[in-house]
Amino acid sequence: MNRWQYALTRLLQIIPTFFVVMLLVFVMVRLLPGDPASAILGDRVTDEAIAQVNRRLGLDQPLPVQFGIFVRNFFRGDLGSSANLRVPVLELIKERLPVTLYLTAYAGVLAALLAVPLAILAAFRRNTWVDGLIRGVFQVGLSVPVFYVGLQLLTFFGARLGVFPVGGVGSNFTQNLYYLFLPALSLGFYLSAILMRNLRASIIEVFSAEYVEFARSKGLKRRVVVLKHILRNALISTVTLFGLSIGQLIGGAVITETVFAVPGVGRLMVDAIFGRDYAVIQGLTLTFALLVSLVFLLTDLLYATLDPRAELS
Amino acid sequence: MATSSLSPKRDARRSLLRVSPKPTLLLGLLLLAVFLAAALFPAQLAPYEPAEFDYTAIMQPPSAAHPFGTDNFGRDVLSRVIWGTRIDLQIALFTTLFPFIFGTLVGALTGYYGRWLDAIFGRIVDVVVVFPFLVLVIAIVAVLGPGLLNMYIAVSSVGWIYYARLVRGEVMVQKKAEYAQAARVMGYSPARVIFRHLLPNAVTPAIVYLMTDMSLGILLGASLGYLGLGAQPPTAEWGVMIADGKNFMVTAPWVTTFPGLALTAAGLTFSLIGDGLADLLRPRA
Amino acid sequence: MSDPVLSVRNLSTTFATPRGALQAVDDVSFDVLPGEVLGIVGESGSGKSVTLRSIMGLLRPPTRLEGEVRWLGENLLRASRERMYKVAGGEISIIFQEPMTALNPVLTVGEQILESLYEHERMSKKQAKARAEELLALVGIPSPRERLGDYAHQFSGGMRQRAMIAIALASNPKLLLADEPTTALDVTIQDQILKLLLRLKDQLGMSVVIVTHDLGVVAQTCDQVAVMYAGRIVETAPVSQLLRSPRHAYTLGLLRSLPGGGVRRQPLLPILGAPPNLSDLPPGCAFAPRCPYVSDACRVRVPPLVEVAPEQRSACVHHDLLPRPGVAA
Repeated sequence: MNRWQYALTRLLQIIPTFFVVMLLVFVMVRLLPGDPASAILGDRVTDEAIAQVNRRLGLDQPLPVQFGIFVRNFFRGDLGSSANLRVPVLELIKERLPVTLYLTAYAGVLAALLAVPLAILAAFRRNTWVDGLIRGVFQVGLSVPVFYVGLQLLTFFGARLGVFPVGGVGSNFTQNLYYLFLPALSLGFYLSAILMRNLRASIIEVFSAEYVEFARSKGLKRRVVVLKHILRNALISTVTLFGLSIGQLIGGAVITETVFAVPGVGRLMVDAIFGRDYAVIQGLTLTFALLVSLVFLLTDLLYATLDPRAELS
Repeated sequence: MATSSLSPKRDARRSLLRVSPKPTLLLGLLLLAVFLAAALFPAQLAPYEPAEFDYTAIMQPPSAAHPFGTDNFGRDVLSRVIWGTRIDLQIALFTTLFPFIFGTLVGALTGYYGRWLDAIFGRIVDVVVVFPFLVLVIAIVAVLGPGLLNMYIAVSSVGWIYYARLVRGEVMVQKKAEYAQAARVMGYSPARVIFRHLLPNAVTPAIVYLMTDMSLGILLGASLGYLGLGAQPPTAEWGVMIADGKNFMVTAPWVTTFPGLALTAAGLTFSLIGDGLADLLRPRA
Repeated sequence: MSDPVLSVRNLSTTFATPRGALQAVDDVSFDVLPGEVLGIVGESGSGKSVTLRSIMGLLRPPTRLEGEVRWLGENLLRASRERMYKVAGGEISIIFQEPMTALNPVLTVGEQILESLYEHERMSKKQAKARAEELLALVGIPSPRERLGDYAHQFSGGMRQRAMIAIALASNPKLLLADEPTTALDVTIQDQILKLLLRLKDQLGMSVVIVTHDLGVVAQTCDQVAVMYAGRIVETAPVSQLLRSPRHAYTLGLLRSLPGGGVRRQPLLPILGAPPNLSDLPPGCAFAPRCPYVSDACRVRVPPLVEVAPEQRSACVHHDLLPRPGVAA
């Protein structure tokens, strides 16, 4: 099987899974307390009006039929409308998803920039005070909740020093970089701790691998041995872990966006939950699931590219 | 070549200075003892009632009377942090205990029997892993309504998957080991083979993960508390306390700093113990 | 007789471990003549592999090396790092026991040859490619051009070992160190690889040091043998002489634990007991606790390696009491 066939197969495998995901989300949203019609119309309405809305939304049909309508609408790009914001959910997602994607990608880049050099340093100075310090800081990093890191950064750099804005995203790419720095840092810090631990451990493991000894025996310069033989191998598992952390990043984005008032889909999710905005919860949950599936697929393909031993099946 | 002294004495001293796993495990256990004391005897340790308003002492900085200061209702932050230990340790326990037990059971059965049982489990895993954990949990909490109990239900209904995956993998390895094959050949019942022979050997990684998971559970519980989906005010829960104090972070930082420190220390406690256990139980790693 | 290319004198290698210093190689001396094959035999933990790594400067600190490793007259233990980059791979190469772990899993075999060529020889890309292909052909890998682009896991066990040899030979070393080169292979492939090593030695005019636990390998390939036990050389001799009349109780034990190839079949006698713990050696001869010929004299001091016959040296107190096993080479 070549790489493209493999990619296609994996893509096709997502379909049945995603069907179950849709069923799950459908059932979950039906279980939400309160009913959508009164959520749409407000409290003071007649039974007549409720019945009418239910008919329009197909809510008077049996559940399997409702699910059929739900799936059909989904593939037509119709995710319903937000009851609170009076906008189609697809519009909302189109508008807000880029913000969240920017934030998570930014956080991922910051996490990698922090984790990779420090993991290399810690691994090559292992069991010294440098290693101890780096590991200690990241161990604490794994224990601080994202919202608390965010609040502290916001208070210190935003409110006290005033060097970073305390909300908003800016209007162009460079401004985005500036406005979203603190949110991305608080989101990326936790991930960097995970990556640092993994990379340090795998560098140390590869460090004593026989192929590294063989490479050294060929008289290769230290730099070549480190970059080409040690890092190239050690990074495989870290890159994979990085891809598999997408779920955590999205979960973290929900919190970070709330703390920093970033208008992305994470904050939209929290607002929708408090506002009982069914259609939005449903649409977002599906979007997140689809996003994670795609990133997992990309991770698989990347892994297969990085490690020639990977079997494509 | 290194010219470092090779005498045993020097070396012994150096290995003590090194960041070796033992002292960190001890630190974790020490912290755990402190937290347990606070959780078991809050009434004896806390100087004030956690919910006692004192409008004559609002947002007081730390002082002899209030070592951690007071909040916007004049409540003593130290007392609330101490009482909060009870809630947050409870969160650590109740977000992990059921997933651990149920997940281990499912993992043992699917790993042992394989076939269709395993196939079903595989599909469940496929579906669950594409949801970001936190998103799924808050969606379930949205269905059930905010609150601690509903949070436990939400976390438990997802969290068992991770234990089941761990134990399943380990059981599948152990199943092939000679002692397990011998037990089967001797005609022991599957239940006996699973619970007396396989599980005691296969459960180790799950126990190690349990510790890490408690750390994650505390962070998750506090995060939900912060979002307003977990413990509800006026409960003295660290995440809720931080949410309550977040508007005064510049003027009265102590209101949020101390619960934040407690939270971090508690998270650290379990992750240190988890790492320590991993080192102890898996000497090969 | 010509001068030795490699001359190891009083080499001692000490590791720092958390439990204290551990001397893995103790006062080891030997010579390798041009075109000669030297076998170093011993059980695992006897210090034979550490000896090879000490020669090439592969051991990482904290490790202490004492004595001399004279390579064409130059003491490598005193050589600069720059000089060692030239010697390693350029003049002395090493191959390992398990090519699956010694070859980098994510680099093609071709890439692993090329990087060595670029390091040691001034070559254009095209020349280097041609040379790499030539090397694979030299070690007997069929359709070498295609196989340059393959990864280690795509080769069979024997071919993998050949590929590793090709990489080691990339820049015409004058000495090849082979650490258990055939242990991981099937018997038939073992034989092929040993024959290949001998052919390459003649073709390229190299000297070879083979480290092995297998006296059979030594009998088949070596000119000289050094037997190691607990970090020390306990006996050296030309191969045929050592096999005919071992003068150390340990060597005798090794020979008796092997199935003899000759007509006279004898019962196999395993050496009883386990190899000694290097951090807790007994006083005197380290083999004494397992030795059937042991006497009080063995436990007094470490017996020195002395000439016991022409070209044969032994560190056995009872070298003249040992029976002749009469095992033919």
